[in-house]
Amino acid sequence: MSDSSLISRRNALKGLLSGAAGAATVPVIAAPNHTEPAPPVHASRFVFHDPDFTQSVKFPWEKLLSAEELATATALADLILPKDEVSPAASEVGVPDFINEWISADYPEHQEDREIIRGGLGWLSTESFKRFAKRFEELNNTQQSQIADDICDPAKTKPEYQIGATFFKRFRQLCVGGYYSHSQTWKSLGYIGNISVGGPYPGVPAEVIEKLGLQDVV
Amino acid sequence: MPVLTERKTQPQYDVIVVGSGAGGGMAAMILALNGVKVLMIEAGRNYEPVKETPMFNTPEMGPLRGAATPDRFFGFYESNIGGWQVPGEPYTNKQGTEGDFWWWRARMLGGRTNHWGRISLRFGEFDLKPKSRDGLGVDWPINYTDIAPWYDRVEQLIGVYGENDGITNAPNSSPGVLLPPPKPRVGELLAKKSGKKLGVPVVAAHRAVLSQPLDWKNLPKALFPNNPKAQEILGKDMMSRAACFWATHCVRGCSIRANFQSTTVLLPPALATGNLDIITDAMVREVIVDDSGKASGVHYIDKITRRDAIAKARVVILAASTCETSRILLNSKSRDKAGLANSSGQVGRNLMDSVGTKLGAHIPAMEDLPPMNEDGAGGLHTYVPWWLVHDHAKLGFARGYHIEMGGGRQMPETKSFGYLDSTSPGVYGRKLKEDARRYYGAQFSFAGRGEMIPNKDCYSELDPNVVDQWGIPVLRFHWKWSDHEIKQAEHMQQTFAAMLEGMGGKAKPLSGADAIQRPGEIIHEVGTARMGDKASESVTNQYCQTWDVKNLFLMDGAVMPSNPDKNPTLTILALAWRSSEWMMEEMKRGNI
Repeated sequence: MSDSSLISRRNALKGLLSGAAGAATVPVIAAPNHTEPAPPVHASRFVFHDPDFTQSVKFPWEKLLSAEELATATALADLILPKDEVSPAASEVGVPDFINEWISADYPEHQEDREIIRGGLGWLSTESFKRFAKRFEELNNTQQSQIADDICDPAKTKPEYQIGATFFKRFRQLCVGGYYSHSQTWKSLGYIGNISVGGPYPGVPAEVIEKLGLQDVV
Repeated sequence: MPVLTERKTQPQYDVIVVGSGAGGGMAAMILALNGVKVLMIEAGRNYEPVKETPMFNTPEMGPLRGAATPDRFFGFYESNIGGWQVPGEPYTNKQGTEGDFWWWRARMLGGRTNHWGRISLRFGEFDLKPKSRDGLGVDWPINYTDIAPWYDRVEQLIGVYGENDGITNAPNSSPGVLLPPPKPRVGELLAKKSGKKLGVPVVAAHRAVLSQPLDWKNLPKALFPNNPKAQEILGKDMMSRAACFWATHCVRGCSIRANFQSTTVLLPPALATGNLDIITDAMVREVIVDDSGKASGVHYIDKITRRDAIAKARVVILAASTCETSRILLNSKSRDKAGLANSSGQVGRNLMDSVGTKLGAHIPAMEDLPPMNEDGAGGLHTYVPWWLVHDHAKLGFARGYHIEMGGGRQMPETKSFGYLDSTSPGVYGRKLKEDARRYYGAQFSFAGRGEMIPNKDCYSELDPNVVDQWGIPVLRFHWKWSDHEIKQAEHMQQTFAAMLEGMGGKAKPLSGADAIQRPGEIIHEVGTARMGDKASESVTNQYCQTWDVKNLFLMDGAVMPSNPDKNPTLTILALAWRSSEWMMEEMKRGNI
């Protein structure tokens, strides 16, 4: 957008906002000479169709998880990806909020995940209540792991925990995806890109060439 | 960028160019540099990559961590506005079609050039004479020698990295034309080693990315001799383009103008001449024809005001993208119910996409390597040109494919960690993080791009029952692959599996029918108004001039008589430049 068109867009928006009340003042027949200033850009740009990257971008839908569901999700996310010496816990890089966005998005794939994740969080609450008479987020680490161990591996899960296993698999995928897509985790993962590098592209370090026996194809 | 947001156009232009992508951008620039007064009409909004490109944005800065959605298919930060569905602008598939065609559209200044892979491969001598070689499809009305000088010029103008490998039908550029290619990444070297054993040549990719600054002192003189104004404008513009700084993927666009986009390379110098006006948000409905049968302008819908309007010029160039260009012709019915420039009946026919399949694997040799910055040129550094060009008789399919590749330590995204399902089932806690670190960057995949042969079952036509939100009749597609494409897809899968196994991975190749991607999914659709030697069998001559309307030119993928495995953009640019020069000569001679 040029500066002038940004200003014009604000004007256009203003016009839209006052449109209902001021409709009577708008001429019904447009000027025939076709030279009046037109609103230059789309008055509303849906974030996922035409984002405005010059502004900070906001999630366009209502986030659906309740405070209780979020607390359960946070506890489980931190059990799956806890803080260690080199990297933060899942909740420190916004994974619960990412999962909340993910299941709230209005696309078919996300609607499927919404059923799996919300249902699974409910299942987890009930399982915690049955075993320990507490919510999952109130359990200690050993108690949480006891439940997680029963549902973490779909191939070894008993039939009565199948719902929990389906949920855990998808929840773990979302956790890992949300976690490592946050730039604060990249150094610990070994991703060191997204910075400008001067001169020619450096290529593969000599030690790696040697380790992999690639000398004949360099 | 100064565009006509106020809609104050001149009453008459020398040339109207519909579309602002590769073909339209090139035509407009060449004409404007030569003093021709041009009006460009773009259906999408104004788009300024220098200001708008989210160059270093990290995933957490966007909703859903920047993940791909149906609205933004290549990730949140991809630089496309539009996609396979554009709100309010539907298309349909004909009942009984075998595969639904997906039609990609960009509704933005610069069109799809803001978004493409920048892979820039020349068509070779065999590619232009396919029928003479195997009896299928049709030959082009030109030879490689006709277009080779224009490839040189385009590569010098936009900047293309690569190497001359002397491989049959993968032509060399003239000496000094190509920029040096970036060094390969680890996975690309492993692929090269694997390919060596299999006889599959892994060589430097050709991509429209500046691996070093352009020679702004000498190139403008070489490209535009006897045109001091063009030299001055181009010199300044080339000087202001930065070389790649080996970060961020090209699919986001490029704010430092290191890769080729019409909006960063063609339109700025064109606008600097003062000879170009651009209207955005203007959807061309049809070409207007006068009583003598000549084009007199275009009828468009101003999308902002929803007014119908007419723009007039001596010559009209359609470069709206393959299917949109033929749609405009089919909708231009003022003289002939079959549409404009359609005496051959070929408008909308011969629709082709590339054959595409992909296959990837986990490569243990790439585990646990020291961290390396593998962003590189924001796309591939190496590729495989079609290497079995003389073996088609025994292969069982008539045309070739090239192989693209990628993987390694790319920017982590939400879907980058699917491998943990197989490497680490049941794992959580500290161990899961250890596994994620160990296996990250050890994925590598290949993708094929193959030549499809035009057939009578792949075409587009107007849907008699559906219009878009502007009231313009929409396209209806029909599609059917032939055995050539299915067998080629199968061969791709077998090759990829062998390559991956040679790299130490375990791959599961699919059958050709299961592996082949959707029609339109590769976004290389061409052919719906092909050029040829005869007016009875083609829509334009070799200079993109329609046989039926002398002052109407088509300068996008629509004119391609065949769809070689090489990505079409470079050839669209070369044909548009060549045709624009010829068109100006014809205008001087008074023939147009």
